[in-house]
Amino acid sequence: MIKTENLTKKFDDNLAVDRLTLEIGEGEVFGFLGPNGAGKTTTVRMLTSLIAPTVGTATVMGYDIIQDDQNIRRNVGILTETPGLYDRLSAWRNMTIFANLYEVEDVDGQAGKYLRMLGLWERRNDAVGTFSKGMKQKLAIARALLHEPQILFLDEPTSGLDPEAAKLVRDFVEELSGQGRTIFICTHNLDEADRLCDRIAVFNTRLRVVDTPAGLRKRLYGRQVVFHLADEAAPYLAQVASLPFINSAEAIDNKLLLALDNPEKENPGLIRALVAANANIQFVGELRHSLEDIYLQLVNEDEQ
Amino acid sequence: MNKVKTIISKEWAEVFKNRIVLFTVAFLPIVFLALPIITLAAMGSFEDEMSVSSGEMEAFVGDLCQGLNDMACTEVYMLNLYTLLFMLLPVIVPVTIAAYSIVGEKTSHSLEPLLATPITTTELLVGKMIAACVPAIAATWTAFAIYAGVMWFMVSEEVFKLAMAPMWLVAVFIVAPLMSLMAVSAAVLISSRVSDPRAAEQLSAFVILPIILLLIGQSMGLILIDARMILLLGVLVLVLDVILVTMSVKLFQREIILTQWK
Repeated sequence: MIKTENLTKKFDDNLAVDRLTLEIGEGEVFGFLGPNGAGKTTTVRMLTSLIAPTVGTATVMGYDIIQDDQNIRRNVGILTETPGLYDRLSAWRNMTIFANLYEVEDVDGQAGKYLRMLGLWERRNDAVGTFSKGMKQKLAIARALLHEPQILFLDEPTSGLDPEAAKLVRDFVEELSGQGRTIFICTHNLDEADRLCDRIAVFNTRLRVVDTPAGLRKRLYGRQVVFHLADEAAPYLAQVASLPFINSAEAIDNKLLLALDNPEKENPGLIRALVAANANIQFVGELRHSLEDIYLQLVNEDEQ
Repeated sequence: MNKVKTIISKEWAEVFKNRIVLFTVAFLPIVFLALPIITLAAMGSFEDEMSVSSGEMEAFVGDLCQGLNDMACTEVYMLNLYTLLFMLLPVIVPVTIAAYSIVGEKTSHSLEPLLATPITTTELLVGKMIAACVPAIAATWTAFAIYAGVMWFMVSEEVFKLAMAPMWLVAVFIVAPLMSLMAVSAAVLISSRVSDPRAAEQLSAFVILPIILLLIGQSMGLILIDARMILLLGVLVLVLDVILVTMSVKLFQREIILTQWK
């Protein structure tokens, strides 16, 4: 659905996007993570044919972003970083204006469908300026969906929203993903990316890494198992570290942190070894690094 | 065409909820209408002194008065000046609308979603230009029609015929709309280069300078606006319209507007 090759954007001497090459499949929810000024919005603007790349090519739904800009704009939906609504006009008027601009045939039907779906129907005749931030964001999402795009670009969809509104938006994104749409999300919210995205790219002017959330964890930390013991863990460290399937071992207070390739297969043997050594095991679990750890490690590497 | 209509209706719905714009559209025609009425009413009190021809006015305005007495000649002269104001209206009013139209979109962050739709630059700008010109022209023509109606009751038939000479009708009904388009395309051109609506409005206001110069020239007796001058002005403005509209479409760089406007 989206394919880029060496996509590069320079503003005078400032390199905003450097040789971005990636491929996003149909129905995929793709997270695009990066710090402020990393070039995420510039990438979205190039992929939606709003600005032209300096070098490189990209196709969206098979359309070239330079040659077929009108077709791309006709077929993708975009939620910009700020909702950009007409505050003096009603929600209904905002929707019908964009439905007409997107050449939607059933303007009233589509506007009504998405206003209802996002819980804004009752407030359709109110000026958008009277809406809360969350309501405006929902209206902007509804606007992006009016022409039923197969690809949706969401730039910081939950930024600045309260937890309830953010959850509503996340649930809606999940619902859209369930409909088979391809969704490209730029976000700072790592937990959100972890929960919503099939694959995640960490981007800071250039692409640092692309993988599934689980793949990223594995790639950076391997798989780790933590044993909570009733007493100090240090005395058991040497014994477990000598086991052939243990990649690394660490004792912190009453916890043993063990890296191994296949916990499902190797945990029973590990438990037997610890029990044989008279360790009193309280709990065993897989240590799950947050996406934040991974993200910070990659971004810090860039800074260094 | 449907998208142009959508832009026009959006502009009108949005712009006329802006009090500054509404004030400009409504207030200026009222002022320009009130000025000649007050002047003519005030002149009535000098009627006795000016009822005979002293030749002074005739010397000042040349063959404008065609044998009228000083009072009637002064009325014709004043009305000609005021008719020029009706050429100023379609220039001032749309500049305010157009300046808010593009820079306003940028400052409210609504331009990016708009440019992300399959609308072409020409459709967008034509919609915005029509949306700015039509209210200005409508306000001008309405004010002029009221002005003509009031003058019919306030001045003699001879004065009315001279004040509403065909050249003035050409000026108000043909040249003024062309000037309106010139002002709007200049405003659009400037708006797409600056990031503050007030700066756009102020810079665009330079378009009214030629009319101001005509007003000053006629009021000081330096020039006497005649049919030839109006036609010349019309042709000149038409040429400028073509140049400015083409330039405003060509220079409306989506990328620069999206990435360099703060």
